[in-house]
Amino acid sequence: MAVSSPGSVSSPELHSTPKKWWHSITKSSLPWRVTIGYLSIMLLLPVAALLLKASTESPSDFWRIATDPVALSTYDVTFVTSLIAALINGVFGLLIAWVLVRYEFPLKRAIDAAIDLPFALPTSVAGLTLATVYSDNGWIGSLLTPFGIKVAFTRLGVGVAMLFITLPFVVRSVQPVLQEMEKEIEEAAWSLGASRFQTFWRVVLPPLMPALLTGIALGFARAVGEYGSVVIVAANVPFKDLISSVLVIQRLEQYDYSGATVIGTVLLAISLLVLLIINLLQAWGRRYEL
Amino acid sequence: MSSNVVGSSLQPSTSAAEPVSQGSWGKIALISVALVYLALVLFIPAVNVFVQAFRSGVGPFFENLTHREFLHAAQLTLMIALIVVPLNTVFGLCAAWVIARHQFRGRAFLISLLDIPFAVSPVVAGLMIVLLYGRNGWFGPFLDANGIKIVFAAPAMILASAFISMPFVAREVIPVLEEAGTDQEEAAKILGASEWQTFWRVTLPNIRWGLLYGVILTNARVMGEFGAVSVVSGNIAGKTQTLPLFVEEAYKQYQTESAYAAAVVLALLAVVTLVLKTILENKTRIRDAQE
Repeated sequence: MAVSSPGSVSSPELHSTPKKWWHSITKSSLPWRVTIGYLSIMLLLPVAALLLKASTESPSDFWRIATDPVALSTYDVTFVTSLIAALINGVFGLLIAWVLVRYEFPLKRAIDAAIDLPFALPTSVAGLTLATVYSDNGWIGSLLTPFGIKVAFTRLGVGVAMLFITLPFVVRSVQPVLQEMEKEIEEAAWSLGASRFQTFWRVVLPPLMPALLTGIALGFARAVGEYGSVVIVAANVPFKDLISSVLVIQRLEQYDYSGATVIGTVLLAISLLVLLIINLLQAWGRRYEL
Repeated sequence: MSSNVVGSSLQPSTSAAEPVSQGSWGKIALISVALVYLALVLFIPAVNVFVQAFRSGVGPFFENLTHREFLHAAQLTLMIALIVVPLNTVFGLCAAWVIARHQFRGRAFLISLLDIPFAVSPVVAGLMIVLLYGRNGWFGPFLDANGIKIVFAAPAMILASAFISMPFVAREVIPVLEEAGTDQEEAAKILGASEWQTFWRVTLPNIRWGLLYGVILTNARVMGEFGAVSVVSGNIAGKTQTLPLFVEEAYKQYQTESAYAAAVVLALLAVVTLVLKTILENKTRIRDAQE
């Protein structure tokens, strides 16, 4: 910079001085126009269609449809089961991340790569194979039948499908933080006389907390929105194992557009809320780093 | 290993043995619990796909792959991917360039907008398309009058697939673009390269692995999408059925074998995706280490 002549300094300056954002859009180049045009047509327009359709319902109608007994039961199945699945994967995801980062064992790299399978495997394939494996005469289901436990085509099956699809989130969000963590701190805690439990609870867990909670929230968001695997593994009976996404489709198949729209809007609102929480958690995690 | 080091560094010689044995038992227990859990939730179901598909041998498996409906579903899946992946790649590149190379008001908002397709349930995404282009939707009357069919036909499936896979490329490219910095681009410009030349010769080579990674993830998501496509397609066999829809339909019709034959094809796609992903991650990691 210091070497360059006054003339060449002034010309980049002309381009790089931040001007009003509107100005930068109007004199915008192709990428700007593609971004804004594509987002408007492909993303904003559909979202607006849903919200405007929802706003044509009167508030009392909206409330009545959103809280009818079937809808309420699907919220129960969807959100409670998602939360339980996300929490279970919080515990096991943390354990898996720990084992993958800290220990050496055969096939470790292959297992590490396979963790992402639920991201890559189409959900209908996941539903198909889970429905088979956990059915009464499936590999795992047949072991549970003698105890009177039915998994496929019950709410438990919904839970197993959600466990499958949310498995990678906690592992993948905790793993990098765990890799960065210095083992010396644990050793220091140990040598100062902390027990294993104390070392874990007071020293290891706190720095992992933002990543762990982010992973759980991401998993929860994914489980709430899941459709493909659950619709196959569940019996989709109201008040038993019917989830909200399936209810939206059932309403749509009955040409009940208001019903589908209202429940879809509730799902959208909750997804956006969880997204906000995830962003806050990630901001918290970054603050922790600094 | 780790507890071994801990033990020896803590208590030099005498009581080193005790924490070591304790540690290795704990280690074995933790690894076992993790592996049992992974087996129950992930590995057994994954292996089951292949076992079921080849249960009556290789012959019947390949016979299932020659059925007309399967072939049509595979064709439609490929066609949708061939349209959606390039569209979302171009958009993703543009959006990544806009976000990574500019400071402007509303930048954070734009980034949050990009997250919406991942946060929204695919079913709700499909519902949006139906409300927009369906018979009773905003554009319904106009489309009807002009004899254009979007919902329950391929166009809506393309729109829905594009919606749910929109952010992948941008997400992967933004950090790479930020890391690459602007020095080389500015140098190219000063040396007289046009915008287009700068992009092809300087920017693109810098971001190629991140871009490829984003494209692979987009492709996997598009080919595997079920919920959004199922809402807008009407799931008409031989017409608007993609492979994931074919899997569900065949299973519902008790044609378990053809369901699993299609499932294996999709599972192989997933495996290829994972392998490519691992290779690309190693590539970027090696490059990071070199820099």
